[in-house]
Amino acid sequence: MKDMMRGADIVVRSLIAEQADLIFGYPGGAIMPVYDALYDYHEQIKHVLTRHEQGAIHAAQGYARVSGRVGVCLATSGPGATNLITGLADAQIDSTPLVCITGQVAAHLLGTDAFQETDVVGISMPGTKWNIQVRTVEEIAPAIAKGFYIARSGRPGPVLIDITKNAQVDFGEFNYSPCLGFRSYKTHHPIEKTIIQEAAELINKAERPYLLFGQGVVLGKAESELKFFLDKSGIPAASTLLGSGALPQEHPNYVGKLGMHGNYAPNLLTNQCDVLIAVGMRFDDRVTGDLKRYAKQAKVIHLELDPAEINKNVRAHVAVQGDCRESLSMITEAIQAKSHPEWMAKFRELEELERSSVVQHDITPTKTGLTMGEVIHQINQYKADDAVLVTDVGQHQMIAWRYFNYKKPRTQITSGGLGTMGFALPAALGAQLYDYSRQVICVVGDGGIQMTIQELGTIMQTKAPVKIVLLNNNYLGMVRQWQQMFFDKRYSFTELDNPDFVKLADAYGIKAQKVSDRADLKEAVEDMLIHDGPFFLEVVVEKEDNVFPMIATGCSVEEVRLS
Amino acid sequence: MKRYTIFVITENFIGILNRITIIFTRRGINIDALTASESRLQGIHRITIEVTVNEDTVIQLVNQIEKIIDVIKAFYHEDTAVVYQELALYKIPVSRLDSGLEKIIREHNAKIIAAEPDFIVLELTGHKEKTQELLEILKGYGLLEFARSGRVAVAKRMLTIDSFVK
Repeated sequence: MKDMMRGADIVVRSLIAEQADLIFGYPGGAIMPVYDALYDYHEQIKHVLTRHEQGAIHAAQGYARVSGRVGVCLATSGPGATNLITGLADAQIDSTPLVCITGQVAAHLLGTDAFQETDVVGISMPGTKWNIQVRTVEEIAPAIAKGFYIARSGRPGPVLIDITKNAQVDFGEFNYSPCLGFRSYKTHHPIEKTIIQEAAELINKAERPYLLFGQGVVLGKAESELKFFLDKSGIPAASTLLGSGALPQEHPNYVGKLGMHGNYAPNLLTNQCDVLIAVGMRFDDRVTGDLKRYAKQAKVIHLELDPAEINKNVRAHVAVQGDCRESLSMITEAIQAKSHPEWMAKFRELEELERSSVVQHDITPTKTGLTMGEVIHQINQYKADDAVLVTDVGQHQMIAWRYFNYKKPRTQITSGGLGTMGFALPAALGAQLYDYSRQVICVVGDGGIQMTIQELGTIMQTKAPVKIVLLNNNYLGMVRQWQQMFFDKRYSFTELDNPDFVKLADAYGIKAQKVSDRADLKEAVEDMLIHDGPFFLEVVVEKEDNVFPMIATGCSVEEVRLS
Repeated sequence: MKRYTIFVITENFIGILNRITIIFTRRGINIDALTASESRLQGIHRITIEVTVNEDTVIQLVNQIEKIIDVIKAFYHEDTAVVYQELALYKIPVSRLDSGLEKIIREHNAKIIAAEPDFIVLELTGHKEKTQELLEILKGYGLLEFARSGRVAVAKRMLTIDSFVK
C-alpha cells in the first residue's frame, strides 16, 4: 500500500524527516497548499508567522546561529521570494545554514509573466550555495533532502528550493531518504601529515607567534581543540567579529578583537609577529586593512576548510586545508609545549594604553550624557554567562562587540559580512524561539530597528522574552562618524526624527522603559533582565559619540588610531 | 595578463552555466569565448571558457567555479598546455566568385560546405590567427556573414575526467 499524498504534504513530511521543528514564514497564493498541509502537522512542526518575509529569513538565521541547526523559512512567489534576497545574501557571506522554500506559479505558466511570478532561481543564484526549481511532485523530497545536506555540510550556507504550485497539489508517493552525498560535492578533505609537520616546525621555531580565530572554529565545533592548542603553545589569540565566543574571554591567551573597530594591541602587533596562524577566518578587508601592508613580515599558516579562501586575500606559506577540528588537534600533538611571556606582555602593555585612553571613557564616563559603552558595561554585570548578544549594524554593533563579555560559543549573533541593518530584531526573535530559557539581548540603533520594526508584532504574538536595548542617538551613527571624520562634518541625511519608541512598544503590548540619566541606568538594566517576558529598553545616548580604536579604509593595521 | 583556457566538468543540470558565468561578471571579467556540450560521459557536461587575466585571478576563478555544488572539477591551462581548434564559417555571395577567390580557398585550406544559388559557405578550422587572416581577406569579397566558435580543446597532460567522476 503506497503512501500517496499531495506534494504539499510531502514538503511538510520531508521537513519533519530532516528534524526541522521550528520554521518561519509568511503565506501567499503560490505557497497556500503547503500552508494547508502545515495545518495538519502542528504537533510535529511549529511555524512562526512573521510580519515580513525578511523577518522570517533573519529569524531563521538567528535560530541557525544560536543552535547550529539548519534554519528554515517559507515564502510565497514573486514579492515574497524577492523579500528573502537580503537574508540569503547575508547567510551566504556569513556561512549560515538555511533552507528556504518558496512557492512558484504553476509550471505551465512559467516564463509568461503570470501573477506574482519572478525568476527566483535566477535572482537568488549569486546569493545561495545552491538552488533549484521543482516542477513535479516526484522531485520534491529529493530536492529537500539534497538542500538540507548542502546547507549543513562543508562550509554551511543558504539554499533555496522553488516549488511550482502544480507540484504542490499533485499526488505522489512519500518515500523519504536523506541525502548522504553526491559525486560533485566533496565535503571531507583529508589532511596531509607532511603539511601538519611543516606547520608545527614553523610554530616551534617562532619567537612571536600569533593566532587569529574566526567563525570557522564555531562552525567546525572546534572550541575545545582551539583551547588545547593555545594551552600547549602559549600563543596569544585574537578574535574576528564572528569568532567571538569561540574562546572564553577570560582565557589567559585571549588578547582581544581584530579589525576596523577591534582592540588596539591585536591590530598593531599583527605587523610584528613572525608566524601568523589563521584558524577558520577569511582575512576579510575589515580585519586586514590595506593588504599591501598586512603581516608581510610573517610566515602565514592558514587552517581553512574552503579552498577558495586559501590564498584569496593573504598568501599562505603553509595552507592546511580541511576541518580545523582535525587540523588543530593534529598540530597540537606535533608542537612542543611553550610559553611566550615577553611577547604576550607586549599585548598587555598596549591593552593598558587602550584602557586608559579609550575604554575607561567608554564604559565609565564622567560627562553627563550616557555612552553606548556604559550601557553594555551594565549589561555585562547582570547578564547570564550564556546570554546571547544579537546586534544590528553600526556604531552600537561595534561598541557592543567591544565590551560584551563573551564566555560561551554561539553567543555572538550579528550581520558581519553583509552588514544588514534590520537584522537584529528578527534574528533575536529566532534565537529566542530556539530556547525560551536563554537570555537573548538584542542591542539595536534607532536606524536599524526601524528597518524591521514590524517584527515587534511577531514578538507580541509569540511572547518571545527578547530583551531589546535601543541605543538611541537620533542619528545613523556610523555614517555620521565618517561624515565627521572624512566629510568635514557634512551630516548629509543622517539625522533621524524618531517616534516615541516606548509608546510604540507599548502599542505592541511589550513592557517598555526609557532612560536618559545615569542614575536610572543600572536599575533599568537589572529590571529588564529579570523581567518575565519581552522588554524594550530605550537608552538615550550621546549624539556625537565616536567609536575608537579605528583603522580607516586604506590604512594599515599598524595605523590603528586611538582617537 | 595572459590568455587562459578553463575547462569545467559539470553535471548536466539547468542553470549551471548561469552559475559559472556570474563568477566572471561579478569580477568585471569579460569571457572571450565559451563552448558547452556533452562530454564523453553521459550526463556530464564539459564547458570550455577562454579568458584573458593574470594568473592569480585565474586561480581564484577556478577555485570559485569548483565551489559550485554541481561542478565536478575545473582546471585552467595556458595556451601551450592545450591542443585546440576553432571553427569559422564564412558566407560569400556567388556574384563574387572568381579565380582569385578560388586560389584563396585552396591556399588557406578552407572547405566549401554549402553551395546555394545566391551564396556559398566556407569553413575553416584552425587557430584564431588563421581564421582571422582569412576573415580580413574575405571582407574584400563582399562577406555576407561570419561566425566563429569558441575553442574546442583538450589538455596535453595525461589525465582523464573519469578519475573525478565516481
